[in-house]
Amino acid sequence: MSGILAVLEAGNKLSIETMVAAMDLGAKLGLSVHSVEPDGVYTADGFTDGLADLIRAKQFQVVLFPHTYQVRDFAPKLATRFDRAFISDVIRLRVDGGVLFVTRQLFQGKMNAEIQPLGEPVFLSLQAGAYRGGAGGSIQVETMPAASAAPRQKPEEKFREAARAVDLSAAPIIVSVGRGIKEKENLSLIEDLAGALGAEIAASRPICDNGWLPMERQVGSSGQTVAPKLYVAVGLSGAIQHLVGMQGAKTVVAINKDENAPIFEVADYGMCADLFEVLPALTAAIRAAKG
Amino acid sequence: MKILVAIKQVPARDSLLTAAASGKWIDESNLEYEINEPDAYALEEALQLKEVHGGEVVALCAGPDRASATIREALAKGADRAIHIAVDDIVEWDTLATAKLLAAAVKTEAPDLVLTGLQSDDVGAGQAGVVMAELLGLPHATIIMQVDIEGGMLRVKRELEDGWFQHVGMPLPAVLTIQSGIKKLRYATLMGIKKAKTKEVKSLTPGDLGVSRIASYELVGVTLPQKSKQTQMLKTVAELVEKLKNEVHVL
Repeated sequence: MSGILAVLEAGNKLSIETMVAAMDLGAKLGLSVHSVEPDGVYTADGFTDGLADLIRAKQFQVVLFPHTYQVRDFAPKLATRFDRAFISDVIRLRVDGGVLFVTRQLFQGKMNAEIQPLGEPVFLSLQAGAYRGGAGGSIQVETMPAASAAPRQKPEEKFREAARAVDLSAAPIIVSVGRGIKEKENLSLIEDLAGALGAEIAASRPICDNGWLPMERQVGSSGQTVAPKLYVAVGLSGAIQHLVGMQGAKTVVAINKDENAPIFEVADYGMCADLFEVLPALTAAIRAAKG
Repeated sequence: MKILVAIKQVPARDSLLTAAASGKWIDESNLEYEINEPDAYALEEALQLKEVHGGEVVALCAGPDRASATIREALAKGADRAIHIAVDDIVEWDTLATAKLLAAAVKTEAPDLVLTGLQSDDVGAGQAGVVMAELLGLPHATIIMQVDIEGGMLRVKRELEDGWFQHVGMPLPAVLTIQSGIKKLRYATLMGIKKAKTKEVKSLTPGDLGVSRIASYELVGVTLPQKSKQTQMLKTVAELVEKLKNEVHVL
């Protein structure tokens, strides 16, 4: 037996997209599709051993994963065991003349690269939105116990830091700031704009890493997920890790001096301009408009 | 304790990128380069671990001649010595092939701990650490926010999604991929820059390491992303305020 294996992650919504993409790919490549959800406490060693046995036994040609933090932790190891490179964070799948091509981002979303996997098995992880389509049907998801070979990693209970004092998920308007702000002292420009708009302040990861704003104001895959009426992205390039946290925003305004910044791909309104010139004028104009 | 840090040199963050004439990679002719930011954090963690536990920090970097600037910077910040795997065509090595190079060099050093950034700012595969661990037969953990070492055992804090964390224990030697922001980055001091010039940089080739470039995939081409939304580009603040008022209805 051979075909496509979709490795799903319990409780992760990307799993469903991955399964649908696997079915679509199966139809296009003429391959059967199987899906498995590893069970039990996650360790990189345990999941790798278990899946390696399964893939070897059934000789799968393509193995698809959702691009989650957990997958990032073990899938490269699994692919290496088959002497294959894991192709991570795929944003598009294309089949042309029976040949699979995949697209992934380079340079934090500033460039896309199309890649042709060589040899088998092919190991891929899919980013949110990689597959948009309406393939029908469903497949049986089998559970697979994590292999019992004594894993070297000893995981403890998962935990969250102290409860978040800031809940951005309900904010109707958010002004979000990225590296373009350059210095902590310049954050007053963001505070002024947020004040004028009656907005909450959010940030991309590097701003919080620098300690300029608290971690709880970070939007993105490792931070909060937001869905405001208006999201104003200032000096923020829009790496995919950030975009997944704000894709629910109804209207996006982007102000960035790089016209190729990926944030403009998701923006409704864009200004390619120097934020240090635009922000004071914008804040003043909003205050004037509000009377 | 011997700590090895794998670092990568990448185009500077605010580079304006265009595709090369070949369409196979970016145009590198006018680019400036810098250390991959997550790797800078891995180096910082290594230097701070050394301050507590003693030992030495060895920087490892694969790349063309230009990578020596990044290696010097690591030495200036406090790495004791470095290994430069000289590879002119590094951008043509896929993730597995590159990790094989790095792992082969790590093997010659037999360190107690291997650190690297969680991903690179250029290719962004996020795999070098995990693949090295498998090739070296070492345990690993990724996206690490805290490293504690006690009695030959590691206890690390992993970042999970959506604000969750988890502590994971494992024996040394091990490989960890470090998350940006784990510690505050230091700057190189003048003294450090001076000292760096006298520190050992060992140069190795893929041939020395017995690794050849075998590809698991072929790069067909690179392109600028296409817009998924119809973005209205505005020229003036007045236009934007008008949209906020009459289209978005927030004013």
